[in-house]
Amino acid sequence: MKTVPFKLHILGLVLFFLSAATCFATEEISLMTHDSFNVSAEVISLFEKANDAKVIFLKSGDAGAALVQAILSKGSPMADVFYGVDNTFISRALVADIFESYASPALSRIPSHFKLDPKNRLLPVNFGDVCLNYDKKWFEHKGIAPPTGLDDLLQPAYKGLTVVENPASSSPGLAFLLATIGHYGQDGYLDFWHKLRANDVLVANGWEDAYYGHFTAASKGNRPIVVSYASSPAAAVHFSSTPLAEAPTAAIIDNLSAFRQIEFAGILKGTKHPELARKLLDFLLDLPFQEDAPLQMFVFPVHPDAKLPQVFLDFAVVADKPAAVSPAEIEANREKWLEAWTTAVLR
Amino acid sequence: MVKPSILSGRLFLIPPLLFLLFFYFYPLGKIFLLSFFPEKSLNVIYQGGHLFSNATYFKVLWFTFWQAAVSTALTLVVALPGAYIYARYTFWGKNLLRTLSSVPFVLPTVVTAAAFRALLGPNGLINNWLVRHGGLEYPPIELDQTVWFFLLAHIFYNYTLVLRIVGDSWGRMDSRLAEAASLLGATDWQILKTITLPLLRPAIISASLLVFIFCFTSFGIILILGGPGYATIEVEIYRQAVHLFNLPMAASLSLLQILMNFGLMWVYSRLGQKNAFSFFAGTGPNTLQTTPSRGGRVLICINVLFMGILLAAPLISLLAASFKGPQGWTLVYYKALFSPVAHSIFAVAPGKAIFNSLIFALAATCLSVILGLFAANSLASSRQPGQTFWETLIMMPLATSAVTLGFGYIITLNRPPFDLRDSLLLIPLAHTLVAFPFVVRCLLPSLRAIPQSLRDAASLLGSSPLQIWQQIDLPLVARSILIGAIFSFSISLGEFGATSFVARPHTPTMPLAIYRFLSQPGDLNYGQAMAMSSILMLVTAVGFWALEMLSPDNDG
Repeated sequence: MKTVPFKLHILGLVLFFLSAATCFATEEISLMTHDSFNVSAEVISLFEKANDAKVIFLKSGDAGAALVQAILSKGSPMADVFYGVDNTFISRALVADIFESYASPALSRIPSHFKLDPKNRLLPVNFGDVCLNYDKKWFEHKGIAPPTGLDDLLQPAYKGLTVVENPASSSPGLAFLLATIGHYGQDGYLDFWHKLRANDVLVANGWEDAYYGHFTAASKGNRPIVVSYASSPAAAVHFSSTPLAEAPTAAIIDNLSAFRQIEFAGILKGTKHPELARKLLDFLLDLPFQEDAPLQMFVFPVHPDAKLPQVFLDFAVVADKPAAVSPAEIEANREKWLEAWTTAVLR
Repeated sequence: MVKPSILSGRLFLIPPLLFLLFFYFYPLGKIFLLSFFPEKSLNVIYQGGHLFSNATYFKVLWFTFWQAAVSTALTLVVALPGAYIYARYTFWGKNLLRTLSSVPFVLPTVVTAAAFRALLGPNGLINNWLVRHGGLEYPPIELDQTVWFFLLAHIFYNYTLVLRIVGDSWGRMDSRLAEAASLLGATDWQILKTITLPLLRPAIISASLLVFIFCFTSFGIILILGGPGYATIEVEIYRQAVHLFNLPMAASLSLLQILMNFGLMWVYSRLGQKNAFSFFAGTGPNTLQTTPSRGGRVLICINVLFMGILLAAPLISLLAASFKGPQGWTLVYYKALFSPVAHSIFAVAPGKAIFNSLIFALAATCLSVILGLFAANSLASSRQPGQTFWETLIMMPLATSAVTLGFGYIITLNRPPFDLRDSLLLIPLAHTLVAFPFVVRCLLPSLRAIPQSLRDAASLLGSSPLQIWQQIDLPLVARSILIGAIFSFSISLGEFGATSFVARPHTPTMPLAIYRFLSQPGDLNYGQAMAMSSILMLVTAVGFWALEMLSPDNDG
């Protein structure tokens, strides 16, 4: 086959870089993550300069698919650090035993309610609340009071107004299902969904389709209530083509109606660069990255000293009391809940 | 002396089979092995038994087949008249319309959905007009989340396959045959039934096979336009693999999907080979009518109008969306696209995304055409045992779950012999896997239509096999090669499924850039996604135009 000249080519490059490497000993480290990951070029170059390193990013599908791939390549990991296991998948990641313990000194500043793994194999980095968003103008225009909690969605006045995502194919969809389970309990959540179905709820496949396909504030759709994030109103202002004094949408976070997704990062077992990997984790928990994440990924930093950007202070909200479902419960019941939901809402 | 044609025929099959072996069977086999015989460490993660009853799985499978069959039939019904006028007449805007018909192929699903909703959605153009002028209280057309919506989208995507493959074959058919039959008193219907359709059968079968498989695996369209109520097997595979980590179940479903498709394609391929006579159009293609009769003109008008509504209107609505902000017409989205303010390390200049997409598409097209030529040449030299088998085997990547194959790549291509995880080669290779079966299907009907006697005569006169191929086969199938190249090009430009698994963020393509914009709220994001989609359409159209220029007999 034709690989020989190609290999020679590579060999030449390698030799070139090796000779160059005697002057610049740049170490490469790779970070495996999901498609939604984002970071400023300036911020990541802070790390690269301080450690004389180069960070390579491997984006590997959505959060669930990326984790499955990390588990499949257990033993000979494709990357050194993994970013983006959330609390709905953390139990599986820990059982799969693919992460190394690392008690980062930076952890001391992180509030303990974010630390879900006592052995510090996965360290919390940021969080976001999944909740209902509504189109403020639509409700104003129609003269209907906007909803204030989950119960409202079942009122006749809100018939045919809501679009949610399918929890079997969408991460915010699953988070919202968990919000209803935390809110109504294992005995009551199906009743809620039966009634919501009777009130003509629309199920979209994923967030993009729900938000840009059906939500009145962002599309030509006819649904003024959508499942999104508590930071979405801030994003709608930040990414507006015209300066806005007020957010076009609002998030509903009261009355146990939101589910908190916490995102974790960890060092993959078998890494060839353990020292640098630890430094990268320290960096993820340090202020430059923590203060960069809000505008890059529209999530909240776990570090209490991280300064939020103005648009977050003005338009993003955090739930005081998110609906609580423990990671162990989620891992044990995910299959059962998804199946019950599918039967109740789709069949 | 051994029969050279058979020997070389067999040898030609080796490169494409090696390619499939390394980049399809090896990863697929490994992921199946791992799924069915997991290491203990993986097995602990999965706890449950299986979910659905066999009856539910049967229902899912049945639905998937049913919708693919209906979509194929509908596409044939609406596209065959189009193929006819393209084969028989020249008219104003012919090439432009044909180019437009292939553009949908590259559009990401979410964008297609947006384009259709802008026209037919609850607040779309047509519903709004009907409400305003028809005095109706509610929008009368409710297509969203119905079967009709995704069937319509399937026709939109696949119209071009039938138009190009069947139209090309029809155009090469010798019209003197029909004229002779007509002189002998045959009615139009008799001519169609006994001459035209039998001669077209291989092309129709090739086209409908591609449409069928495309619909079978196009779960995105069904989920977004039809709604999650319509489960397809691909979704179930994703759910089992990613959410439940039930790899054995996901692998069984993929295997079932592959086997059922294999069976169906096998039967179909057999039918395609059974064209009783190959007919050679002596001095070349029949002349096109520039001044059609009145009936012909009516037919052309109806067809052009139909194509305009089905194909052009959604594309125009998309273009309009990229220029329309909350306060009316604007260029702000294009300006934002070309002057990115976000300092994200993944922010990509449109020029770079276009460049990446074009390079990958050109590489994938070259590779697909080369592999496709090898495979089609081998398969077309008829009367070989096991031919149906090989023909079907080559189509298999098209019918394979992207999730399963993606995971297969993860566990095989990250270690020797193929450490390609970081390699840019992976993207065109993944595209080629999907594109080269298209080339084979485009080439087979034309290659089979060349009578063997022609080659034998040349051989007797002392031509080498290479000379024969260069001077007989190549000129006669050049147009089909072009069609195959166009499909490869557009598959690569629009491919998102495989790319999202293997694309390195430092080399984003246009579809990836579109999806990145669509993943966060804000009209600037949506507008830029639409602007990028419009650029994708433009680049695609220009690419098709350039490829058509390469064709020796482009019918201006």
